[in-house]
Amino acid sequence: MNQYFKSTDADWVKQRIVGFSLFALLAFSALLARLVYLQAVMGEDYQRLSVNNSIRLQIIDPPRGLILDAGGVKLAENRPSFDVIFTPKDAGDARRVLGDLAAYLQVPDDDLLSRVKHTRGLGAFRPVVLRQDIGRDALAVVEARKVDLPGVQVDVRIRRNYLQGSLAAHLIGYLGEVSPEDLSRGALTGLRGGDTIGKSGVEREFDALLRGEPGGRQVEVNASGQVMRVLNTVAARPGHNVHLTIDHMLQERTEQLLEGLAAAAVAVDPRTGRILAMASSPPFSPNAFVGGIDAPRWEAMVSHPFRALENKAIQGEYPPGSTYKIVTALAGLEEKVIDETSVFDCAGFLSFAGRDYRCWKKEGHGRVDIRRAMAESCDVFFYRVAQRLGVDRLAWYAKACGLGAATGIGLEPESRGLIPSSVWKKKRFGVPWQDGETLSIAIGQGYNLTTPLQMAMLTAAVGNDGVRHRPQILDRVETMEGALVHRSQPEALGKLPASPRTLALIQQGLSAVVNGERGTARRVHINDIEIAGKTGTSQVVGRREGGDDYTPPHLRPHAWFVCYAPVGSPRIAIAVVVENGEHGSSAAGPIAREMVKTYLRRPAADPRLALEMSGTPGG
Amino acid sequence: MFDRRLVTNFDWGLLALALILGAIGLVSVYSAVTADPPPASQKVLFYKQTLWFGIGLVVMIASLSFNYRLLDRWAYPIFIACLLMLLAVVLFGKLAGGSRRWLILGPVHFQPSEMIKIAVVLVLAKYYAKNVSPQGITLRELGRPILVCALPVGLIVIQPDLGTAGLVAIIAATVTLFVKVARRTLALLLAAGAAVMPAAWMLLKDYQRRRILTFLDPTHDPLGSGYHIIQSKIAIGSGMLTGKGYLQGTQNALSFLPEEHTDFIFSVLAEEWGLVGAAALILLFALLVFRGLSIAHRCRDPFGTVLAVGITALLFWQAVINIGMTMGLMPVVGVPLPFISYGGSSTITVAICIGLLMNLSMRRFMLE
Repeated sequence: MNQYFKSTDADWVKQRIVGFSLFALLAFSALLARLVYLQAVMGEDYQRLSVNNSIRLQIIDPPRGLILDAGGVKLAENRPSFDVIFTPKDAGDARRVLGDLAAYLQVPDDDLLSRVKHTRGLGAFRPVVLRQDIGRDALAVVEARKVDLPGVQVDVRIRRNYLQGSLAAHLIGYLGEVSPEDLSRGALTGLRGGDTIGKSGVEREFDALLRGEPGGRQVEVNASGQVMRVLNTVAARPGHNVHLTIDHMLQERTEQLLEGLAAAAVAVDPRTGRILAMASSPPFSPNAFVGGIDAPRWEAMVSHPFRALENKAIQGEYPPGSTYKIVTALAGLEEKVIDETSVFDCAGFLSFAGRDYRCWKKEGHGRVDIRRAMAESCDVFFYRVAQRLGVDRLAWYAKACGLGAATGIGLEPESRGLIPSSVWKKKRFGVPWQDGETLSIAIGQGYNLTTPLQMAMLTAAVGNDGVRHRPQILDRVETMEGALVHRSQPEALGKLPASPRTLALIQQGLSAVVNGERGTARRVHINDIEIAGKTGTSQVVGRREGGDDYTPPHLRPHAWFVCYAPVGSPRIAIAVVVENGEHGSSAAGPIAREMVKTYLRRPAADPRLALEMSGTPGG
Repeated sequence: MFDRRLVTNFDWGLLALALILGAIGLVSVYSAVTADPPPASQKVLFYKQTLWFGIGLVVMIASLSFNYRLLDRWAYPIFIACLLMLLAVVLFGKLAGGSRRWLILGPVHFQPSEMIKIAVVLVLAKYYAKNVSPQGITLRELGRPILVCALPVGLIVIQPDLGTAGLVAIIAATVTLFVKVARRTLALLLAAGAAVMPAAWMLLKDYQRRRILTFLDPTHDPLGSGYHIIQSKIAIGSGMLTGKGYLQGTQNALSFLPEEHTDFIFSVLAEEWGLVGAAALILLFALLVFRGLSIAHRCRDPFGTVLAVGITALLFWQAVINIGMTMGLMPVVGVPLPFISYGGSSTITVAICIGLLMNLSMRRFMLE
């Protein structure tokens, strides 16, 4: 080690130490010089800025992305809203200012005062929102009296505006103030209390895309809080525009058809799984939620006997009734307990375990095969099929068809429905399955529950030669300038568990329902478009003997109709439920028929075709 | 046997400097954490910092009580232990504010990136002491120091904590420049750096470039660090000559200052004590640095000299970068102000530094 000092003279180390000392001296001198500049030279300027904490940050809300249909029709946009903001520290005499302001706005002044008191403790420099969305008249008054109202500012904010009123309200959803639970979920970074987020439907599902990123502004304010100078601005990044797969015209027509009913209808493109229309009745107005909904209106919506806020198309669970015979037929043919030549005799009832299980047609259908059984919805035929199948084999097929599970459309909350099995019953009720219950299950009664969307997807798959698709609501995402961010691709989920031969038989049966001489849905028939479908009537209470007694409306059965069209190469599949509508053929069928007509009788009915023709996306 | 020279050579001046700076730190932390009105006040942080101060004194005494030459033997084990802790942070560290910097051991939240600074200095001191020659360090001999430096810097960049990573690199570079580097090697390194920089810049993604630009120039981020610097400058400037008085700072009181008890504590001090107080603090830091350099000069062995220079460089850069940042002279980085900022890891690191400097100072005559 001593060599270090022999070979390198001590002067060398000394030289370095001196050099480093000089460098340090220089650095500390620079700090001192800067300190003198800030405190002695510029001190008074900074002193002035500090007295009022004059440099402040204002957040710029990003415009929320628009929601449009596939063809570019706007469903939700933004409009300016004028909010009155109050910064207590700037006011001087806050009580006096609030009193005057209340008089100008014609509101009780303790209303404003209590709002300010409510938010005390956050720091008096935090602005408080006094009134949201004041009208233009009130705005003019406040602006004119600005000088007498220190601390009061009018802030232009962005409000949601649902252009089509209640159109597709359940699907689009609504906005609300972010809740503490939302904030603590953590997924919503960059959100502050008081921000709005999507609370349901598409607004919730695609919130992250729609929201954008806030910007901000450094401003210098004077003693009464008025902005004197904008020092620096960072523009907000607007949210993306979301195009839905729905067809505006079909959606509108569907909602018209459902008016006055407690009902739901879903239309889907069988080839892709794109949702063409999704309606739930009665509707609600999402505009009522903008800026916060008041208690009485909320109460009215929640307590509505027809459950206005529920999206019945994905949340409503109904026994599928005879529409379920599609599944029973499929299972019977695939399990080879019947074939196309199998014939059963229907005497209007089937006696089993000491009980008569009735067919809907009292006098009986006589000898029926699978095609006739479908067309005329013979219950006895399907009782016999179910007897041979047993509940668990039937349940396996139902689940393989996508029933009893969420469809994966991605709208929350989605109901799963229920497909009962012997294991399920044992677990749920602790008692074994009764064979008689299998008969009820075969015709879609009993424990069975399905949503309209599930039945629409099943029907679509049958029409589409067995290929199942995930239902899609998102067509594409674009930036505010129109650049494509994302385009959904059809997603095949697999095939129905059925051979081509089985599917062909079921398709023939479904066509006969509408187009056959004695089909149960003859009134759905139209000349130019071949529709294939199935009616359903699901009991709310047990089927009554006698039958012509008066039934109160809320106990009448639900009416179902599912269909696809045109037969051969279907472009639309539909499921309609009318609560307490009694007969599928009369209550639900015509609605589906009108939807088919609306969608298929129009030139360029396919939105993709329309896009190709116009050549420009969205707009 | 106990050597009387240890007492006669004890560096009372350095001890006094350290205690004065520590006391200023406690007083400033108290102001920073209690300025908010009661519900938001964080007085408990002051008591915690007092506890850290006490622990720091113990650590300092521990760091001066053994012969520092033991560290020559223990440099690599210490370095590897610190490196493993850094790795643990990257793997299981606590995520806070978008980066993983903290290791949680029971009730103690610990920042290994603080310790690694000392470990890097130790390893470099050991290596350079062995390899220094009249011709200077050659390029081949620089391989190991570069590796020793690159490993922790890489791990800290991953966290990500660009500020601390840069600090470690600057400290290592300072130590390297202190020992003699062969002139050709130095020229080569500079040329290589100048050539690589633009290429690296081209390879970066857009958002990465923006992050670096913001880092270098806060006005690129007027809503974040740019705003903080404006508020910090207002706080400091409004202190004027004599300050607003202790606990009378207004910027601090209304939470206009970010991180007021950690990274921006100098702004609190300068607002309340004015030019008189802030300049005094800067002078104290200058005295500390000169003391450290004179200890380095008086050391009789190369290991001690380089170690003293490294520790001094650590304190010097942190002080200059932090104070420079609050006044808008330096990038906005999460570098604490030694002695003054709130924080356990930082306090302990500074205590070790002071303890080692005292150790070097009092054992300089014990070479044989």
